[in-house]
Amino acid sequence: MIRLPLVLFFSAVLFSTGVYGVLARRNGVLVLMSIELMLNAVNVNLVAFSQYVRDIGGQVFALFVIAVAAAEVGIGLAIVILIFRNRESINVDEVSLLKW
Amino acid sequence: MIPAPHLDFLPLLPELIVAGVAVALLVGGALVGRPSQTVLLLLTLAGLIAAAAASAYLWNWDGPGRVLGEMIQADRLAVVSRMILLGVGAFGALYGHHYFARTGVARMEFYPLLLLAVSGMTLLVASADLIVVFLALEILSLALYILVALSFRMASAEASMKYFLLGAFSSAFFLYGLAMAYGAAGTTKIDGIALALSGRTGSQPLALAAVGLLLIGFGFKVSVVPFHMWTPDVYQGAPTSVTAFMAAGTKVAAFTALIRVLDVSFQPLTWDWRPAVWALAAASMVLGSLLAIAQTDLKRLLGYSSIAHAGFILTGLIATDGAGIAAVTFYLVAYSVTVLGAFGTVMLASGGIRERTSFDSFRGLAGRSPMLAGLLTLFLLSLAGIPPTVGFIAKAGVFGSAIRAGFWPLALIGVLASVVGAFFYLRVIVLMYMEEPQAELEPEGAALPGAALALAAGLTLVLGVFPQIILPVLEKAAILRW
Repeated sequence: MIRLPLVLFFSAVLFSTGVYGVLARRNGVLVLMSIELMLNAVNVNLVAFSQYVRDIGGQVFALFVIAVAAAEVGIGLAIVILIFRNRESINVDEVSLLKW
Repeated sequence: MIPAPHLDFLPLLPELIVAGVAVALLVGGALVGRPSQTVLLLLTLAGLIAAAAASAYLWNWDGPGRVLGEMIQADRLAVVSRMILLGVGAFGALYGHHYFARTGVARMEFYPLLLLAVSGMTLLVASADLIVVFLALEILSLALYILVALSFRMASAEASMKYFLLGAFSSAFFLYGLAMAYGAAGTTKIDGIALALSGRTGSQPLALAAVGLLLIGFGFKVSVVPFHMWTPDVYQGAPTSVTAFMAAGTKVAAFTALIRVLDVSFQPLTWDWRPAVWALAAASMVLGSLLAIAQTDLKRLLGYSSIAHAGFILTGLIATDGAGIAAVTFYLVAYSVTVLGAFGTVMLASGGIRERTSFDSFRGLAGRSPMLAGLLTLFLLSLAGIPPTVGFIAKAGVFGSAIRAGFWPLALIGVLASVVGAFFYLRVIVLMYMEEPQAELEPEGAALPGAALALAAGLTLVLGVFPQIILPVLEKAAILRW
C-alpha cells in the first residue's frame, strides 16, 4: 500500500510541472498538453483521497474530469486550428492583436 | 435486487427545457439545412420563457431541499438567479440575431450554443455539490469559448484563444481545490463540507488550500484582480452581442455559486477566507478603475469597468449575512441590466461588422443619433453609480452591508474607486456631446434590439427609483438553508 502523502506529493509535482508548462511553453498545442497534465494531477489526487476516506465518489469524479478534459481538448484544438488558418502560426506570443 | 432510487426531476426542469431546446435546434437545424434565423430566434425565446415559467413554479417548491442524490439545490436563491440568467439569455439572443443578421452570414449554431451556455449558468446557480459546480462551469465555459470565436474578425479568434487557455488553466486550479476539499472533508457536497469542517479545531491545511484554490478558479471566472488579464482582451475581441451576454451571465452565475461555496461550505473558515476576499475586492476596485482611465476603446473600457464591478460585488459578499446576500443579488440584477444596455448601445452605434468601438467613433454621437447617445449616457451613469439609476442603489447596498459587518475601510476604498470610475464614464459622455464627429458612421436603428434597449433603460430607471419592487423577493431568496 502506497502512503497518502507520497501520492499527494507526486500529484503536486505533476500539477506544478503543468503550471510551468503553461507559463513557459509558447506553442499552443504544448500549452494544451500542459493543461491536460494539470487535470491528470487532479485525477491522481481524487483517486488517492477516494481510497483514503473510503468513499467511491472521488473515483466517479475522476471519470467526470476525464470526460470534461476530452471535450476541452476538442474545443481547444479547434481554436488552435482557427488561429493557424488565419496566420500560419500557433505561437501564443504572436497572437497579440489585442493589448492595451 | 437494488431498489430504484426516487428521482425528483422537477427542480431540474428549467435546465432540461433549455438544454432540450438547444439539442432540438442543433439536430433540427442540421436536418432542415438552412433554417430561417427568425424561426430560430423565436424557438430560442420560447424555450427561455418556458424555462422561466418552470423556475417560477419552483418558487413555492415544498419537496426536499436537495434532489437527485443531493446534487441539485431547490431553494429560492436558485429560482431568482435563474430568472435573471434566463432574462440575460433572452437579451443575448435578441442582440445576436441582429448582429449576425447584418453580416449576411447565417450563424445557426449561435442559438444552440447560447442556450447551452444558459443551461450551464442556471445549473451553476442550482448546484448543491462541487461536482455539479465544476460540470456547470465547464458547460458554460465551453459554449462561451466558441461563441467568442463566432465573428470573422481576427480579433475574435484571438480573444477565443486567450479566453480558452486562461479558462482551462483556471479550471485546473478550481479542480485541484475541489480535490483538496474532498480530501479535507471526505465529501464534495456543499453542505457536507461545512458539517465536516465545523467540528474541528486547530489548523486545517487541506481545507485552507482548498478554499484558496477554489477562490483562484472563481476569481478567473468573475475576473477579479490579479486573475483579470483576459477580461479586456476577450470583451474587446468577442462579437459585441456575445460580450453583452457573457459579461452579465458569467458574473451572475459564478457569483451565486461563490456565495454558496463561501457562505455554506467554508462558513466554518470564514475568518480565514475573509482577508483574502478583502484583498481581492480592494485590488479589483482600485486597479480596475485606474487601468480603465488609460483606455481608448469603449468595449475595452467596459471590460476594465467589469473588473472594478467584480470588486464591488465581492465587497458585498464579505458580509455573510442574509442582507449581504440580498445586496449582492440586487447588485447582480443591476449590473446585468446596465451592462446589457451599455453593450447593446455600443453594438448599434459601432457601425456594422467591423466594430469600430474606439473613442473616435463615438465623438459627436449625440449629433448623429441623439437617441443612442442618450441611452448610452443613462447606462454609463448607472455603471458609475449616480442616482436615480439602479447602479446607485446597488452600490449603496453592498457598501452598506460591508460597513455593517465592520469592514468600513473596504467600503471607503470602494467609494474612492467609484469616484475615479465616474471620471472615465463622464469622459465618454463628454466625447459624445461636446466634440465634433470625426468618423462618418451611420448608427443603425433596429426594431428588436431597440425594444430590448428600451426595456433595459426602463429597468435601469424604474429599479433605481423604486428598488422595493424586487427587494422583498431578493430578501426572501437570500436565506440559505442547509
